[in-house]
Amino acid sequence: MLTNHRELLVRFQSLIALTLMVLALSLLSDTFLTPENGWNILRQISVNLCLSLGMTLIILAGGIDLSVGAILALSGAVAAGLLKNGVAVTPLEVQLQFTVFGAIVAGLLTGAAAGCFNGWVITQFRLPPFVATLGMFSIARGLTMLWTGGFPITGLGSDFGFLGTGVFLGIPMPVWISGALVGALVVLTRRTRFGRYIYAVGGNERAALLTGLPVNRIKLGVYTLGGLLAGAAGLIVTARLDSAQPNAGLGYELDSIAAVVIGGTSLSGGRGSVVGTVLGCLIIGVLNNGLFLLNVSPFWQQVVKGFVILAAVAIDKMSSRET
Amino acid sequence: MTGTGDVVLEARGISKSFPGVRALDGVSLTLRSGRLTALLGENGAGKSTLMNVVAGVFPPDAGELLLAGQPVHFTSPRQARDHGIAMIFQELNLVPGLTVAENIFLGREPLRRCGLIDYAALNRRAAAWLQRLDLDIPPTAPTGRLRVGQQQVVEVAKALAGEARILIMDEPTSALSERETEVLFQRITDLKLRGVAIAYITHKLDELARIADDAAVMRDGRMIGSAPWKELSRPDIVRMMVGRDLGEPPGGTAISSPNQSDEVLRVEQLALPHPSRPGDFLVAHVSFRVRRGEVLGIFGLMGAGRTELLECLFGLHGRACTGNIFVGGRRAVLRSSADAIALGLAMAPEDRKRDGLVLSMSVAENTSLASLSRAERFGLIRPRAEREHVQGYLQRFRVKTPSLRQRVRNLSGGNQQKVILAKWLATAPRLLLLDEPTRGIDLRAKQEIYALIDQLTRDGLAVIVVSSELPEILTVSDRILVLCEGRATEEFLRAEATEEKIMHAALPRKPVSIC
Repeated sequence: MLTNHRELLVRFQSLIALTLMVLALSLLSDTFLTPENGWNILRQISVNLCLSLGMTLIILAGGIDLSVGAILALSGAVAAGLLKNGVAVTPLEVQLQFTVFGAIVAGLLTGAAAGCFNGWVITQFRLPPFVATLGMFSIARGLTMLWTGGFPITGLGSDFGFLGTGVFLGIPMPVWISGALVGALVVLTRRTRFGRYIYAVGGNERAALLTGLPVNRIKLGVYTLGGLLAGAAGLIVTARLDSAQPNAGLGYELDSIAAVVIGGTSLSGGRGSVVGTVLGCLIIGVLNNGLFLLNVSPFWQQVVKGFVILAAVAIDKMSSRET
Repeated sequence: MTGTGDVVLEARGISKSFPGVRALDGVSLTLRSGRLTALLGENGAGKSTLMNVVAGVFPPDAGELLLAGQPVHFTSPRQARDHGIAMIFQELNLVPGLTVAENIFLGREPLRRCGLIDYAALNRRAAAWLQRLDLDIPPTAPTGRLRVGQQQVVEVAKALAGEARILIMDEPTSALSERETEVLFQRITDLKLRGVAIAYITHKLDELARIADDAAVMRDGRMIGSAPWKELSRPDIVRMMVGRDLGEPPGGTAISSPNQSDEVLRVEQLALPHPSRPGDFLVAHVSFRVRRGEVLGIFGLMGAGRTELLECLFGLHGRACTGNIFVGGRRAVLRSSADAIALGLAMAPEDRKRDGLVLSMSVAENTSLASLSRAERFGLIRPRAEREHVQGYLQRFRVKTPSLRQRVRNLSGGNQQKVILAKWLATAPRLLLLDEPTRGIDLRAKQEIYALIDQLTRDGLAVIVVSSELPEILTVSDRILVLCEGRATEEFLRAEATEEKIMHAALPRKPVSIC
């Protein structure tokens, strides 16, 4: 909600930064401002966007999730394994085969279940989210190795691959998926009670509890959604490569936290927006893409990204110092 | 060495602006050694800002500070402290994770020769201060576990332990019981004898007669006037503060007589065991009832179990709390605040910012938080319905806010409290629990809140007001229940109650041993 000019500035800080970057890059590179490159960027950020949307809800509710990259790998591997090999139900001596649809549902459920477990541990045993999701990080990585035996699962077929490489009405499928999720989450955060309660819990958990809000259910829901969205990201990654890599998504949790923070969401919870996160993802995407087009070493890209994160948070701190 | 009455600190023409507000406009103030200057004025008059300038929290935009005749420029509270200026802040400034002793000596810990903190000396010296202030807690207690009132006493100890020449107190008694206030006043008298100059901000005029030597009244960022306390009458001061004559407070005889039937709440043998001392009770088998349209005042000193009693009623102690609670004649099981709210209970907590509001949210969002489903259709919130839903309550309570989208953080204490009341009234409750409803709120907002309570009971709401201020209890209550050390010692009708009778019932029978 806007109350004064400073907040307006904070609200549009990432938009201004993005505009400046786009202007600068279109002057510096002939290939930057082309429709192909535009779709390219949107496709490249779609995976991080899925993760970051879930992360936004979690951070808004005052939490953090370090396990989304690991959940991404597990969900992708489960979907790929079920699609390729099915699963043996030993006592019944049956080999279950999965359709593409079945495998997708199973992958999403895997992600949601892992996220739900995070929420359960955090609400029931009152573990700090940092620790609880660090545990899940290791659990999901280990399960992925067990499930795949440490080898990629490849050759998943073009039907499944459509999720990652397909084009519908001229727009790549990953962009459709992440775009639809953005729309859904904007409505969720702005127009539903659940969304409003997320802000309340993140803003002041004690007051939320004393107002009678179901704080534990809200947290459980937020982490479950985070896991579900990580599952969706896992499916996109797997479909795009036509292969489930056991090490997929390594370090992605940090990229998604970076996108959320650059988008102006406060790490202490209660303040921020989904739209901000979309801008945060775009800033990271445009930055990587632009530096690549300018032949800057990928190592420098990381250094620059680090400074962007610091600048975003510093500006946010300076402008929100009002009381 | 300075003698009594010498000018210790002089502020000349201090101005200070914040974005959009001119908080101080050429204010001058003189503090004299061994004298207490009461700084009076409504909230927003600039008292706290002036004291913050003196204590080095904000540098002034214009004007100068003279300390014993020498101009000084403070850029941090630490510098001011090094010059012997200590301040007890209105908002508690204690580190909850540290012990009481660590907080008292924060920044000036006694060290051993090797440079490590001398904990034995630290705890010994802290214990001595706690004993002087009559606070019965160990110096090693974690500060975060203390009640607000106890923390306030620790804050006082912290300021006194600094050996200050100038002591600034910003509403130090707002969370203290009568007895703690008494102890504090004795210490203030000691300090004055030792030549300490004291600036004292308060809204409670009554307590000043005992301690004040001079008074300075501020309004709208200006110094309206200052004079020796004895030369000012109460009507003079009130007129200077508000710029007009205030009528008598509402309530008192005007309160409607409650209908005898219509019992909303009946409590039988409510008990809450002490979490660490077996056999001891925070709330010890208390029974009472509240009817429609009635205000039950609950008075007690610190440690009497006032807040715990309310917390039990609001389901915050879950199964630890035993006894029978009947709401609207039916036996109620209150295991969580959600249970209590479902039965039509509502609670405005003592610490508004910590427990009552989501400061990062807007006025409208805070107001609708407990009743959002009323603005919903097909699972989606309709912004317009939400606005209309909250607007009625905010207008009825005359909440002063530039817009519904204003962050609740930016409102004054009185308006914040009204937002909390509006939030609960929007849930159409039948019983309202108010814990220290006017703590830290200025005179005019206080009157408004009393008038609101009166209005709400006329509409049939039952209200329980817990307060440590006797005049408040006598103003708002139809009946008064007095607690002492967890037990209910007396119950009075408003007509029979006097300050003396209530205090008598609230004081422990045997003298409290100080060990």
